[in-house]
Amino acid sequence: MSTAPFDEMTLADGSVRQAYAKLAEWLKSAPTDLLNYRVEEAELLFRRIGITFAVYGDQQATERLIPFDIIPRILTAKEWTTLSRGLEQRVDALNRYIADVYGKREILKAGIIPEDLVFQNAAFRPEMAGKGVPHDLWVHIAGIDIVRVDADTFYVLEDNARTPSGVSYMLENREVMIRLFPELFAQHRIAPVERYADELLATLRSIAPRSAPAEPNVVLLTPGVYNSAYYEHSFLADKLGIELVEGRDLLVRDDVVYMRTTEGPQRVDVIYRRLDDEFLDPLVFRPDSALGVPGLMSAYHAQNVTLTNAVGTGVADDKAIYSYMPEIIKFYLGEEPMLKNVPTYRCREPEALKYVLDHLEELVVKEVHGSGGYGMLVGPHASKEQVELFRAKLKASPAGFIAQPTLALSTCPTYVNSGVAPRHVDLRPFVLTGSDGVRIVPGGLTRVAMREGSLVVNSSQGGGTKDTWVLDE
Amino acid sequence: MLSRTAENLFWLSRYVERAESLARILEATQRLASLPVAYAGSTNEWESALAAAGASAAFAEKHEEATAETVVNYLVFDTGNPSSIVNCFEVARHNARAVRTALTMEMWETINGAWLELRRRPDRKLLGEELTRFLGWVKEIGLRFDGSASRTMLRNDIYSFSRLGMLLERADNTARILDVKYHLLLPEETKVGGGLDYYQWSAILRAVSALNSYHWVYRQSLKPWLIADLLILNDQMPRSLAACYNDMTRHLDDLSRGYGRQGPSQRIARATRARLENAKIDEIFQTGLHEFVTSFISDNNKLGTAITEQYLA
Repeated sequence: MSTAPFDEMTLADGSVRQAYAKLAEWLKSAPTDLLNYRVEEAELLFRRIGITFAVYGDQQATERLIPFDIIPRILTAKEWTTLSRGLEQRVDALNRYIADVYGKREILKAGIIPEDLVFQNAAFRPEMAGKGVPHDLWVHIAGIDIVRVDADTFYVLEDNARTPSGVSYMLENREVMIRLFPELFAQHRIAPVERYADELLATLRSIAPRSAPAEPNVVLLTPGVYNSAYYEHSFLADKLGIELVEGRDLLVRDDVVYMRTTEGPQRVDVIYRRLDDEFLDPLVFRPDSALGVPGLMSAYHAQNVTLTNAVGTGVADDKAIYSYMPEIIKFYLGEEPMLKNVPTYRCREPEALKYVLDHLEELVVKEVHGSGGYGMLVGPHASKEQVELFRAKLKASPAGFIAQPTLALSTCPTYVNSGVAPRHVDLRPFVLTGSDGVRIVPGGLTRVAMREGSLVVNSSQGGGTKDTWVLDE
Repeated sequence: MLSRTAENLFWLSRYVERAESLARILEATQRLASLPVAYAGSTNEWESALAAAGASAAFAEKHEEATAETVVNYLVFDTGNPSSIVNCFEVARHNARAVRTALTMEMWETINGAWLELRRRPDRKLLGEELTRFLGWVKEIGLRFDGSASRTMLRNDIYSFSRLGMLLERADNTARILDVKYHLLLPEETKVGGGLDYYQWSAILRAVSALNSYHWVYRQSLKPWLIADLLILNDQMPRSLAACYNDMTRHLDDLSRGYGRQGPSQRIARATRARLENAKIDEIFQTGLHEFVTSFISDNNKLGTAITEQYLA
C-alpha cells in the first residue's frame, strides 16, 4: 500500500479530528506510568471476572484473555446514524432473503442468485424448506462486520447470521472503562450500551411462538463449558436472567420442549441457541451429537418453540452470497444499499478467476465458508510459497473462494509496547430483530489487530478489542 | 431451577468443604507428628490422616510408606487423587464455571481466585512452615466462600442446594474423623491414659476447629465422652452431626415448602435428626461408639443419594 491508511484520530496533516479532540489532549498529558498502571488494572479486572475465551487446538492455554486496548474508539452521532440505518436495511434484506430461499424462492426464479449457491451450500438445510418459522423471522441476532477506509466510507466486510459472538466484550469493555477512566467519561457524552441485555430479552420474548404463554420461558442453549465462547453464554444468561441450559437439560415430549428442573419438567418457549445447526438434534442432523436434544426439530416444525437464530440462516452469510448482497437488497426492498459491499471477485466466474490469479499479490483471498481469519491469503503480506499454495487451491476449486482488493482499513490509536501507535480496526455492531421491531445498541465490538501493519483482527489470530464510544450529541 | 444447576451447586460446596476439612486434618496431624513419640503415641499419625480422608487404600497403591512427605503430597497436590486439595479446587471451579449465573460475584471470585492462585504456585514440595501457611490459605478460601455465600446469596433454592452440599460433606467429615479416632475415646483406652491421650484428643478437636468451643461448653479438662458428645450431639457446635442435621432439615423443609412437595430426602433427614436429638452420649458408648458412627456414615450417604434422586437427576 502506498498511501498511509486513514487514522480515525489523526489526519494525514497531523490535525486531530473533532471527535477525538479531548481524548488526544488527555493522551498527550497522561504520563506513561499512568497508562501502564491502567493497563495492568484492566488486565486484573478481566482476569477476576473470568472473561476468557478458548482457542481450539491450543492445549497450553485453554483459557486466554483477549488483549484489551485501553484507548477507546470514537464514532460521532452522525456516523452512527448512517451506520445504523444501513444495518437495519441490510438485516431486513437478510431476513427476507432467507424466508424466500426456504419459501417461494422468488429470487432464484428471477435468476438473480445462481441456484447451486443455495442448494449446494453446506449451510442450506433442506429440512427447513417450506416449513416456516414463528413470526417469519429468521435472523433475530445479527453481527455485521464493518470496516472503514476514510472519513465517509464504511464497508460491510461480512454478515454473521448464525450465532455471532462478541457482545459480552462490548459490555464488559465498557464496564472496565467506566471503572478505569471516570475522568474521560465525565468529559464526553457517551451513549450507554448497558441496555443491550434488556433489548435482547425483549426481542427474544417478542418472537415466542403463538402457542406460548404470556410470560414465555426463554433459555440460552450452550454446548457447555468447553466451548470457546462459554464465558459469553453464561454472561448473557446472567444478564438476561434466563436459564443457561445444555442439551441434556432439555427433553421433548409430544412436540413440546421441556427443561429438567428441581421441580420436574418445565416448558421452554424460546431457545437462544449458541449451538450450530448440525448439533441441534441428533435425530435430524449429526447422529453423533451429544450436545443437542433429540426431537427438538419436530417441536420446532410444530412451531411450539422458537430457535434463535432460525435453523438454516447460514445460507445467507457465506462469502459467496455476500457478493450478491447489493442485488439482494435491491430485489426485496427496491432500495440502493446504504452500506457498501467490498468489491468482490467471485472466483467461480472464469473472468474473475483469471483476474484474481493474475493479481494474487494485491488481493485478499478468502474461503467462501471460512471464518475466524483461518484459511485466507493476504496477498501483499504473503510469502511466495503462500501465494503459490493459494494459486494451486484456487485452480483446484475456484468456487470455494472469493477475492477482494486489499482495503486500506482505518487505524485507531492503540496502546502497545512502544507507546501509542495506529493499529487497524473493524467494528461488529449487533442488530436485534423482533416481531415488534429492530433494536440496535449504539456501538458494538471494535476489534483491533495488535501487530503493526496487520489486517487480521480475529481473536483467534491474536487480535484485541477496544471499547467503542458513540458520542451522543 | 435446572436440576443440573442444583447438582453443580451441591458439588461445588461439597468440594470446597472437603478441601477445608483436609486442611484441618493435615494441620492437626502435622502438630501431632511434631510431638516427641512419648506424647504423640506410637501410631503413625500420617496413616490416620489418610484414613480420616478416606484415602488409605488408594494411597497404598501408589506409596509404600506413609510419611509426612508422601501423605502431604498425596492429600494436597496429587492430581491423581480425586480428592486431593488441588483436585477439590479444580472440581469446585469446574462446577462453579458451569453455574456462574447462579453464584454471586463474590463466590465466583473466591473460587476462581483460588484456582488461579494454585496455577501460579511454583511446582515444588511444601513442608514445615510453608505447608502451614498453605493450609492456612486453604482454610481461608473455605471461610471466604462460606462467608460470601451467607452474606451475598438470595435465600432461595439455590442457597439451599449449596448449603446442603456443604452440610452433607461436613457431617461426613466429622463422622469420619470420629471413625478413625474412636478407639482413643473409648474407656479402656483412657485407662492407658496419661499425657499421650491428651494430645490425641486435642488433635481431634482441632481437626474440627472446636478446641476452644470445648472449653466454653464444658469448662473442664478434656474428657473423651465429652469430646464425643460435642462432636455428635451438641447442636451448638457447627461441625457436630446434630448441628449439620438441624441445618439440613431446615434447608430441606425450605425446599419442600417452596416446591410444595416432600420426598425421601425430607424423611431420611428428619429420621436421622430425631435419632441424634434423642440420643444420650452414655447410651452411645454402651451400644458402641464405632457402630453408631458407622451407621451414621451410611445413613448420611443414603441422604446424599436421596437428594440426588429427588432433585439433581
